[in-house]
Amino acid sequence: MAIRVNLISGRTIQQGVAMEAGKEKPAYTTACGIIELDPADFKKLGAFRNTNVRVTSSYGSVVVKAVEATQGPHPGVAYIPMGPWANMVVNPNTYSTGMPTFKGTPVEVETAKNEPVLSSLELVRKGCRGELA
Amino acid sequence: MTRTVTDVICPFCGTLCDDLEVVVSDDGKELHEVYNACAIGAEKFLHSQAKDRITRPRMRQEDGSWKEISYDEAIEYTATMLAEAKKPLMYGWSSTNCEAQAVGSEIGEAVGAVMDNTATVCHGTSLIAVQDIGIPSCTLGEVKNRADRILFWGCNPAHAHPRHMSRYSIFPRGFFTGKGHTGRKMIVVDPRPTDTASMADIHLQIEQGRDYELLNALRVAFKGEKLPDVVAGIPKEKIYEAAETLKSGRFAIIFFGMGVTQSLGKNHNIDEAIAVTRDLNEYTKAAIMPMRGHYNVTGSGQVWGWQFGFPYAVDLSRGFARYNPGETTSNDLLRRDEVDAVFVLGSDPGAHFPFSSVKKIYNLPSVVIDPHETPTSEVCKVHVPVAFVGVEVGGCAYRMDNVPIETRKVVDAPEGMMTDEEFLKRVLGRVKEIKGV
Repeated sequence: MAIRVNLISGRTIQQGVAMEAGKEKPAYTTACGIIELDPADFKKLGAFRNTNVRVTSSYGSVVVKAVEATQGPHPGVAYIPMGPWANMVVNPNTYSTGMPTFKGTPVEVETAKNEPVLSSLELVRKGCRGELA
Repeated sequence: MTRTVTDVICPFCGTLCDDLEVVVSDDGKELHEVYNACAIGAEKFLHSQAKDRITRPRMRQEDGSWKEISYDEAIEYTATMLAEAKKPLMYGWSSTNCEAQAVGSEIGEAVGAVMDNTATVCHGTSLIAVQDIGIPSCTLGEVKNRADRILFWGCNPAHAHPRHMSRYSIFPRGFFTGKGHTGRKMIVVDPRPTDTASMADIHLQIEQGRDYELLNALRVAFKGEKLPDVVAGIPKEKIYEAAETLKSGRFAIIFFGMGVTQSLGKNHNIDEAIAVTRDLNEYTKAAIMPMRGHYNVTGSGQVWGWQFGFPYAVDLSRGFARYNPGETTSNDLLRRDEVDAVFVLGSDPGAHFPFSSVKKIYNLPSVVIDPHETPTSEVCKVHVPVAFVGVEVGGCAYRMDNVPIETRKVVDAPEGMMTDEEFLKRVLGRVKEIKGV
């Protein structure tokens, strides 16, 4: 069962702390390799909290862990903290401004229980070498 | 024994807090504790002490593993790469001091590079808007002492600028704002009920991407004209209430962030936000300020402003400075395969650029100058670790309100490590030799 939501990205304090502590560390994956979903969207998805999901947009696809939104409710809006995971799926078009469209990407979310959330370095490395599923 | 260094500047975000206290060992080599900083700032200081810190330059091998190289070899590779490239991209510049930025610009001029800073994915669209219609702004000191109406639009300072509200905007008691937060009204516009929004007197939970409509509606509401029942998901009564709250203040300030700059509409949203500020000045005193992210992204805009006349996306490849966002900006250049080498300093495009751009960097000759191991170092051919600016070396940085502040050195860098400025000076020297100038 897949749901369609509007994806935004941005800073969280956990993202900031984990980023300064080292992007190669597991804490960075815990802080940013997630998607914050509204309880109503969890219901539609029919998944438990903290299961891995695959997020797909017209621009790419990434596996992250679905968690309940801490700053909610906001049905229909999903949130991935800024970082390589969000950047796999955001809209890179700048529409002649220089600024990629990091906020407001329509995405599809489906459960992917058996797929792992990659670390930031692994994600970028595998992505660049074309080794991602 | 330990000693405490006071009045330390925090090199994390554009708030540039200047009241940190850092406990260091007597010989100045070890850093023990950080006081007064937010969680992120403290982590930045403490991370400089990480045991697994990379202290020597390294080069990527054929099989993907790293080989340690000397600083001389790294300088030679960087200078040759830049000098041989037809149009190199020199990106970053926001997490270093103005002195290093100035040397970087000299290299850029010598090799005909495109110089771009992190504003390109942050407040670049704000800069376009400012060039379009100007900006009525002020300093954070004026906000602290005078502002009684605070509007946060598309930003979440509780998470991104953790001490902004306590030092400047909501809580402090200033000269004319002796009641602190009880004398202030706080309005937040955000599609999510964020931790910042939960503190607000009025939260306008806007539909994502409808900023332009709501800004426009506010201008209508200021004049008391008719609004449709709902604009951008907000009932009109709430918009009239917010407009009245803003008008009734003595000094209103609008802080805006990525919610405005990165949503569709982009610079046009900010044009309209500035127009709201201008309209508000018919009734009271009002100002507007972008919430700048990196602690010295403002500084790189200043340095290039006085050197080239443009704050970011400066194309020097024709021997003079050109500026055309959408053409000379990093992501557009990478997407169109218009650069043939990438040099990164003081930023992490590997983590913060859309992946399609990261992939382009991976396929080009590339050097990253960064104390950390990052997704950018993962895709670059050479990684040069350097001393932390603001922790292990001082230098000038600009706060988000364009006030220059001298950052301080608190501990020594690990032995034998170069600073950004030293590294760039050596590269500049070598580039001049290669170019014969």
